[in-house]
Amino acid sequence: MVGLSEYLIVGAALFSLGVIGLFLNRKNVITILMCIELMLLAVNINLVAFSHFLNDLSGQIFVFFVLTVAACEVAVGLAILVSFYRMRGSIEVEDINTLQG
Amino acid sequence: MLETVFFNLFGGLSILAGIGVVLSRNTMHSVLFLILCFFNAAGLFFMLDAEFLGVILILIYVGAVMVLFMFVIMMLEVNVAKLKEGVVQYLPLGGMIAVLLLIEFVAASSSGVFAQGDKAVAEHFGREVNNTAEIGQILYTKYLLGFEIAAIILLVALVGAIVLTIRNRKDAKYQNINAQVKVRREDRIRKVRM
Amino acid sequence: MQEMTLNTTELLAIPGLPLLAALLAGLFGWALKDKLSHLITSGAVIISALLSIHVFMQVLDGASFYGDYWTWIISGDFVVPVGMMIDPLTALMMLVVTIVSACVHIYTIGYMHGDPGYSRFFSYISAFTFSMLVLVMGNSFFTLFFGWEAVGLFSYLLIGFWYKRESANYAALKAFIVNRIGDFGFLIGVLAIWFYFGSVDYKTVFDMVPGFVEKGITLDFMNWQISAITFICLALFVGAMGKSGQVPLHVWLPDSMEGPTPISALIHAATMVTAGVFMVARLSPMFEYSEVALAAVVLVGATTAWLCATIGLVQNDIKRVIAYSTCSQLGYMFVACGVSAYSVGIFHLMTHAFFKALLFLAAGSVIHAVMANQDIRKMGQLRKYMPITYITMFIAALALSGVPPFAGFWSKDLIIEATVVREMGWVGDFASFAVLTAVFMTAFYTFRMFFLTFHNSDRVPAEVKSHVHESPKVITIPLMILAVGALAAGAWGVMVLDIANPEVVNGYFGNSLFVLDAHNPLKMIAEEGEHGMFHFLLSMPFWLAIGGISLAYAMYYRETALPAKMVAISPAVHKFLLNKWYWDELYEKIFIQPAQRLGNFFWKSGDLAMIDKGVIHGGIVDSIMSGAARMRAMQTGMVFHYAFAMVIGVFGFLTYLMLNG
Repeated sequence: MVGLSEYLIVGAALFSLGVIGLFLNRKNVITILMCIELMLLAVNINLVAFSHFLNDLSGQIFVFFVLTVAACEVAVGLAILVSFYRMRGSIEVEDINTLQG
Repeated sequence: MLETVFFNLFGGLSILAGIGVVLSRNTMHSVLFLILCFFNAAGLFFMLDAEFLGVILILIYVGAVMVLFMFVIMMLEVNVAKLKEGVVQYLPLGGMIAVLLLIEFVAASSSGVFAQGDKAVAEHFGREVNNTAEIGQILYTKYLLGFEIAAIILLVALVGAIVLTIRNRKDAKYQNINAQVKVRREDRIRKVRM
Repeated sequence: MQEMTLNTTELLAIPGLPLLAALLAGLFGWALKDKLSHLITSGAVIISALLSIHVFMQVLDGASFYGDYWTWIISGDFVVPVGMMIDPLTALMMLVVTIVSACVHIYTIGYMHGDPGYSRFFSYISAFTFSMLVLVMGNSFFTLFFGWEAVGLFSYLLIGFWYKRESANYAALKAFIVNRIGDFGFLIGVLAIWFYFGSVDYKTVFDMVPGFVEKGITLDFMNWQISAITFICLALFVGAMGKSGQVPLHVWLPDSMEGPTPISALIHAATMVTAGVFMVARLSPMFEYSEVALAAVVLVGATTAWLCATIGLVQNDIKRVIAYSTCSQLGYMFVACGVSAYSVGIFHLMTHAFFKALLFLAAGSVIHAVMANQDIRKMGQLRKYMPITYITMFIAALALSGVPPFAGFWSKDLIIEATVVREMGWVGDFASFAVLTAVFMTAFYTFRMFFLTFHNSDRVPAEVKSHVHESPKVITIPLMILAVGALAAGAWGVMVLDIANPEVVNGYFGNSLFVLDAHNPLKMIAEEGEHGMFHFLLSMPFWLAIGGISLAYAMYYRETALPAKMVAISPAVHKFLLNKWYWDELYEKIFIQPAQRLGNFFWKSGDLAMIDKGVIHGGIVDSIMSGAARMRAMQTGMVFHYAFAMVIGVFGFLTYLMLNG
C-alpha cells in the first residue's frame, strides 16, 4: 500500500535535484530552465497526491494552472534566450550580468 | 502489491532521470532525461487517478515544451565541453543546501502532519464520470475566471515570444501598402521633352 | 402683529447671486472679457440689492424667517446646519451691505478701468459681498464664523490686490495677521459657547443664556476666577476688536488703504469692519448679562474713538485721514453697544456706512483726478475742476462731523446722550469725555482734509494740472446715490425706524436686539427730559462740531499760516501724532523683533546646526549613502545569485516552519 508520504518523498527528491541543478550549472541558462521545470514537476506531483488523498479535485485544477504558467514561462524564457544569443553570441549565465548595481 | 511495484518503478525512474538531468554533460541528454522524468511522473499521475493530467503532461510537456527545448538547443549550437567547468567548485554549497532541503522535506512528509486520519488512504473516488469530465465540470464553473485568465496568459506569452524573436531581415522584400495607396501620378510619370 | 414668513428662495438668492457671479467672473474672466465680467457681477449685486430692499419692506411689515437649509457638519451628535435668521437687524444689515456694494460695483467700473486685474477685482468684491451676507444672514455661530473668516480672506486678497507693490503685500499680511489674533479670540469664544451650551445655534443659545447666568458658572484660569458668560463675551469681543480695528488691534486698518479705493469704501468703511459691531449687537442677549464685558466694550470703543481721532488730526494722506476716522467712528459704535444702546449703535453703523463710503468714493474720485496722488498737501482748489465730487464730499463731511440734519448727526448725538446718561463709574466718565472731545476732533480733521483738498491754495503740481477733471458718470452716479443716503439716512432712521423713541424698546429692531430693562438708555434719555425738537441747538455735541469746523475753517481757509505756527509751538506732540502714537514701532519692539530673534535662533541653532548638519549630513543622509553603497554590492547581476537567495529564503522559511510548526 503506497501512502501519501511516499509520493511526497518522490516530490521532495525531484525538487532537491532541481535545486542542485540550479547551483551546479553556472554555464547554461537552458539547464537552469530545465531545473525549474523539474522543480515545478515536483510541486505538481505533490498537488496531485494531495488531491487524491484528500478527495479534493482543486489540487488537479491547480496543477492545470501550474502547467499553463510553466508552458508560458518556457516559451517566453526561450524566446528571451534566443534574442539574447543573437545579441551576445552566448548563453552563459556568467555573461548575463546587466543587472549589476 | 502491484501498486507498490509500479510506484517503485515510476518513482525510482523519475528520480534517476532527474539525476541524469542535473549531471549529464550534454544539454541534449539533459532534455532527454527530463522527458523520461516526465513520462514517469505521468505514470505516477495515472496511479493517483489523475488520468487527464497525466495525458496532458505527456502531450503538452513532452510533445511541445520539450521539443521546443530541443529546437532551441540545436539552434544555439552550445559548446558542450565548455559548459561543465566549475562543477566541483559549486558542488559543496549547492549540494549541502539541497541535501538539507531534502532532509527537511522528507522529515515533513513522513512526520504524519499531512496524513490526516481516514482520508489519507488511497482509495478510488468511486464516481460514475471519469476524471476528465470531472475536471471539466469544476474548471468551467468554479474556476472559470482562473481558466480565462490562464487562456489570456497563454495568448500573451504566445505574442510575447513572437515579438521577442521576430527579426526583420534587411534584404527581405516587403510591400509597403501605405505607400502604394498614396502614390500619385506625378511620382511615377515624368514628362520628357523629345 | 401678524407673523409673516419670507420667501426662502428669495433669501437664498441674495447671497447666492453674488457668489455665482463671483465664480463666473473669477473662473471665466479670461473668456468673459472686461465688459461681461462687470455686467454679470454688478448685475448680480444690484438684483441682490433690490431683493434686499424687498425683504426689508416685508420685515418692516413684521415678517421674519428662521430656518435651516442644509446640514453642513455632522460629527456624532454635533450637527451644524446652514440656516438663516432674518429679523429687523439682519434685514437692515443686508440693506446696507447690498446697497453700498452695488454702488461700489458701479463705481469700480469707472475707477478700475483698464486695470489688468479687472475681472479678478470684480470677482473678489462680489465674493466679498457674498461672504458679508452670509455673515449677517446666518443663524448660527458657525455661519457667523464662516462669514467672518471669508470676509477676512477677501479683505486680504483685495488689500494685496496690486500684488506687484511691496507695500500692498505687507499691508495685506499685516491685516491678515492682526485679524488672526482677533479671530483666535473669536474662535475661543465660539468653542466656549459650544462647550457650555452644547449648541451653536443663535436661538438655542440665546434662550439658554438667562438660565445659564443664574447658575453662575465660573471658570478658573491661573488663580483668576471669571464668570463663563464674561469669558465668552470677552473672547468674542477680541474677535470684534480685530475685525473692527479697535485699539490695540487697529494698526492694520490704516495700512489697508494700500488697496484700491473702492475696497476701502466697501470693506474698510461700510461693511466688513462693522462686522464686529454687528456681532456685539447680534449677541446682545449675551453681552447684556455681563457688566464686565460691557464695560470692556465701552472702554475699548471710547479709547479708539478718541485715540484715532487725535491721529487723524495731523495725517496728510487723504485716505488715511478717513481711515482713522473710520476707526474712531467704529469706536463710537462700540461705545453705543457697550452702554446697551445697541439700536443706536446699529443706526450709527448704517448712517456711517453711507457717509463713509461716500467719503471714500469721493476721495477716490479726487485721487483718480490728480493721478494717484494721495497727499493732501499736493491738492487744493480742486472744487473748480470737480463740482460733483466737491458737493458730495461736502455732504459727507458734514454728515461725519455731525451737523444736522445730515445722517451722522442723528446717530452720533444719540450715542453721546446715551453715553452721558448711562452710569458706569469711571469708565462711563472717561467714555463721555472721549466721545465729546472726539466730536470736536472729528469735525476738525474732516474739514481740515476737506479744505486742504478743495480750497486753500492751489498746490497741484504743474504736470498733473492739465489732467485734473471731473470723473465720468459711472463714478459720480454712485456718489450721488450715496449722498442721498448721507443726507437722509439719519432722519429716515429716526422717523421710519423709530430709533429714538423711548416708548418702544429698540424701536424698529424690536426683539432682534435685547436690552435689560435697567439698561435701556433711551428710557434714561427720556427721563432726563431734554429730547425736544430743537434741542440740538442747545446740546454740547452740536456746538463742539461747529467749533471744530470753525477752527478748521480758520486754520486752513483763512489764516493758512496758522498750522505751521502751531506745529512750531509743540513739535513733539505733532510728531507723536504724526507717527500714530508709535503703535507700529511699539509692536515692532514688543512682538516682531523678539519673534524674529526667536525665529533666527531656531533657524540657526535648530535648523542649520542640528537638523542640517547633525541629522542630515551626520546621520540620515550619510548612513543611507554608505548603506546603499554596501547594499549595491549585493546586486551582482548574476541570475544564479538571485536564485540562490530565493532558495536560501525557501530553506529558511521551511526551517522556521519545521521548528515552530
